[in-house]
Amino acid sequence: NSELFTLTYGALVTQLCKDYENDEDVNKQLDKMGYNIGVRLIEDFLARSNVGRCHDFRETADVIAKIAFKMYLGITPSVTNWSPGGDEFSLILENNPLVDFVELPDNHSSLIYSNLLCGVLRGALEMVQMAVDVKFVQDTLKGDSVTEIRMKFIRRIEDNLPAGEE
Amino acid sequence: MADEALFLLLHNEIVAGMYRAAEQSDGENGRCTTKLESMGFRVGQGLIERFTKDTARFKDELDIMKFICKDFWTTVFKKQIDNLRTNHQGIYVLQDNKFRLLTQISAGKQYLEHAPKYLAFTCGLIRGGLSNLGIKSIVTAEVSSMPACK
Repeated sequence: NSELFTLTYGALVTQLCKDYENDEDVNKQLDKMGYNIGVRLIEDFLARSNVGRCHDFRETADVIAKIAFKMYLGITPSVTNWSPGGDEFSLILENNPLVDFVELPDNHSSLIYSNLLCGVLRGALEMVQMAVDVKFVQDTLKGDSVTEIRMKFIRRIEDNLPAGEE
Repeated sequence: MADEALFLLLHNEIVAGMYRAAEQSDGENGRCTTKLESMGFRVGQGLIERFTKDTARFKDELDIMKFICKDFWTTVFKKQIDNLRTNHQGIYVLQDNKFRLLTQISAGKQYLEHAPKYLAFTCGLIRGGLSNLGIKSIVTAEVSSMPACK
């Protein structure tokens, strides 16, 4: 039930705001927690979705938007704004289930409420050997018309074999 | 429609995160459970409002408890409470033999001492739900062998 998740997330953010005095720390915590969730979520995702290896970043983007987001949050963001080099794109979410029932009070204007999502995406992709940078560019909570997440491919992570092994 | 796996992961991460933060600023250990319980309380209040918008008024306490055991538990944990007992004097014991939040942790007595952390949120959830239905309560949990709990 999506309300349970939304309400729990809301309670979490509220608690974090109480525990940490400034918004930046809350943002960092959300990102860290999201990362931890992401590294586990990817296993669940791969097990259930039966998606094979993605050959390039564009395929990755499509899988994220059309399969992953649909499976876990019930929405299908659109993939746009590709950079000329093909290493950056935006996910546009018309509506963000995490922010149902939420309003940002004035004294938390630098809080990135849905920052958990950035961590989740980053953690999950790291487990499939991709280092990415994820951040929110637009946020409906702050008055923008849509929520936009910008994802940038940094590099492929090579598995490092321990010294001494072939 | 958020997925169940997502909620499970989020919940476990919240528990882990709280304790991680508590370790770094020592002396806060007992308060973690309280914080988790109060988070559950807020969520429970909100949830019960949404669920009971269209249902009829409850006849009595027992009716409310049955609602919690059937509809509420099913919506939150996708199954009903396995056993409800009462002494008809205000004490109710809800038993779930395969508590969703504990199935991933162990199937027996290993890690028993960690179980209460994962139950604090749910205790708050129940207390919040009851509170918005007009019942003041104290909710505690007991685990003797995972994943069953009371």
